[in-house]
Amino acid sequence: MNLNRRHFLIMLPAAAIAWEHVLAGTPENSPNYNTADHWWGMLIDIPKCIGCGNCVRACAAENDVPDGHFRTWVERYHVTDYDMVNPQVISPDGGKEGFPVAEEDAGKYFFVPKLCNHCADSPCTQVCPVGATFVSPDGVVLIDQTYCLGCAYCVQACPYGCRYIHPEKKVVDKCTLCYHRITKGLTTACCENCPTGARQLADLKNPNDPIHEFLKTHHVQVLKPQMATGAKVFYNELDGSVR
Amino acid sequence: MSAFKNSGHLFRFALLFVIAFLAFLVLRNFVVPKSFGKLGHYRADAIGDMAAKPLHYAGHEACEACHSDVADMKKAGSHAHVNCEACHGPLANHAADPSITPVLPDTAVLCVRCHAASAAKPKNFPQVSAEDHSNGLPCQTCHKPHSPAITAGGAK
Repeated sequence: MNLNRRHFLIMLPAAAIAWEHVLAGTPENSPNYNTADHWWGMLIDIPKCIGCGNCVRACAAENDVPDGHFRTWVERYHVTDYDMVNPQVISPDGGKEGFPVAEEDAGKYFFVPKLCNHCADSPCTQVCPVGATFVSPDGVVLIDQTYCLGCAYCVQACPYGCRYIHPEKKVVDKCTLCYHRITKGLTTACCENCPTGARQLADLKNPNDPIHEFLKTHHVQVLKPQMATGAKVFYNELDGSVR
Repeated sequence: MSAFKNSGHLFRFALLFVIAFLAFLVLRNFVVPKSFGKLGHYRADAIGDMAAKPLHYAGHEACEACHSDVADMKKAGSHAHVNCEACHGPLANHAADPSITPVLPDTAVLCVRCHAASAAKPKNFPQVSAEDHSNGLPCQTCHKPHSPAITAGGAK
């Protein structure tokens, strides 16, 4: 963009007003962020995940997630040759402190990071009796914690086990796709801190987002496609034994 | 009017219903949040509340604005795509107020989180068994974390 001093000075007050709105947390008033222009999802590249647990720690720090509960967690699958349908899955403390060292054997290992799938046709929002959880206009499943009763219907409805009742607030809590970050133009805490780029925030309404090319050229799957939830967390090279 | 003879109790009952309905409308006006239903069956202002949560991780763009020397060093090495706070931890407070000095991470703990050898990790990811590899020496004796390859002219 070519900016001369005159245009820069003209734009300055507008930018200041925009930034004020961003900081005030009213993105719908902000000229910088328009909810109608985005449709958020995430790409998880399984062959890149090393199970370091950086995403789990980053999520906990960014969102004050209580100990023993997880907005995102990592599972380690161990699939042996003759028992594809019964993988051994471990996730010690959600993978927060990494995983025990595995010895080479006949089976295969891989890591599966999990989080809220931000479903377009989300079962959890359909069961809420008070309208405390909803899909935002930019495709993020959010919770209005001032409105939630803590009845936990949604906890049971989520096919991916992504929700929990906050032990102190006694209301439901889960991944917000770092809504406070993505509306400010930042990526999520887990994507920011993934050292291998195994997690990438994706904006499906942005035609320049690399997600479109990636989905076209890779073997990508969502979790439990048979549930028709419209999940928007895309897994590259997802093994058939994952459920 | 003979049809309405002795029907006063019905009108009184109907009046009761009207009063109850008006009371319901007034009460509803107070109880239902203003923005409820604006975008759907939820409180539209909750979206703004959610977006107003404070940051803990500043994001690598914020770091690179001041630490461009480190960013340049990183760009050349194999840690080019590892963002600053992945190792240094959440530092939004430092980005907002540089007088807050962050704690330097301990490489003995940090490096093995990713690079400890395990059959579970992807084969193409560089892994070492720390005891065999360095004999207990701290990693940065040989490797500079921002550009870890050891070059002929010494650690870079």
